[in-house]
Amino acid sequence: MPRVVVEVMPKPEILDPQGKAVHGALPRLGFDGILEVRQGKRFELEVAETDEATLAEVREIAETLLSNPVIEDFTVHWADTVGTVRVEEA
Amino acid sequence: MKIGVVTFPGSLDDVDARRAVRLAGGDPVALWHGDHDLKGVDAVILPGGFSYGDYLRCGAIARFAPVMTEVVAAAKGGLPVLGICNGFQILCESHLLPGALIRNDHRTFICRDQVLRVENAATAWTNGYHAGQEIVIPLKNGEGGFVADEATLDRLEGEGRVVFRYVGVNPNGSLRDIAGITNERGNVVGLMPHPEHAVEELCGPGTDGLGFFTSALATLAGVA
Repeated sequence: MPRVVVEVMPKPEILDPQGKAVHGALPRLGFDGILEVRQGKRFELEVAETDEATLAEVREIAETLLSNPVIEDFTVHWADTVGTVRVEEA
Repeated sequence: MKIGVVTFPGSLDDVDARRAVRLAGGDPVALWHGDHDLKGVDAVILPGGFSYGDYLRCGAIARFAPVMTEVVAAAKGGLPVLGICNGFQILCESHLLPGALIRNDHRTFICRDQVLRVENAATAWTNGYHAGQEIVIPLKNGEGGFVADEATLDRLEGEGRVVFRYVGVNPNGSLRDIAGITNERGNVVGLMPHPEHAVEELCGPGTDGLGFFTSALATLAGVA
């Protein structure tokens, strides 16, 4: 079944305490070259059709439920067209 | 006067909120998230807790609970609505109030008796206080950082819609020390600290929170 990916990220100007916490842990592991970490969310929606209407519907879902436009930005794309690696289920 | 308190899956402070209403002299009414029914109440409280486990974002799923259709419509019609902590988050997600609440800047859950300054004593929930009055009520949350864009913050300040500000320390990184805000009409108020935990001398830091509930009753009685 085709999948649509929705990626949600905190807006650049919004403080991201979780990303900061991850970033703060890196030097303790010996990784010193990372300047910043931002943490977001990835949703995969399985859909029946691969048409533009489906994509539009997912965009609406992303805007109304999956993200809060006050603090987050989102992108929507087809999973297969960007070479998403499918993890085989056990 | 009947004040409804909504229970969502994961609400924690609904019983305390009903108790506070009773101690203030009102009739508390339990409302259920799954009902399309406000049972004829005169005001509504969205209590604290972790509705739907805070999944997705705090308040994001509760916003679409069946009862919220009625709450949003009634609030737009002038019904007094108070959102406490998770209730504040739900009000922001519902767009009844602007802005959003994000994780505390220090990344830890905080639980303390918090000093607040009442900035706006003209709302349905604060008319029993006076502007500039300092009160102490408990604060307990992990995601209480109030954020909004600069234009929204300026508008809130300019229109006197900042209802409470943190005094002494800013406990969570809230922009401009904002602890609570109201809508244009002053009937919808949201704040992170918990007035319902400060209504009896026996437990909590005092009775400074009781004024929220007596204010609403005064509003409903038309004497505020």
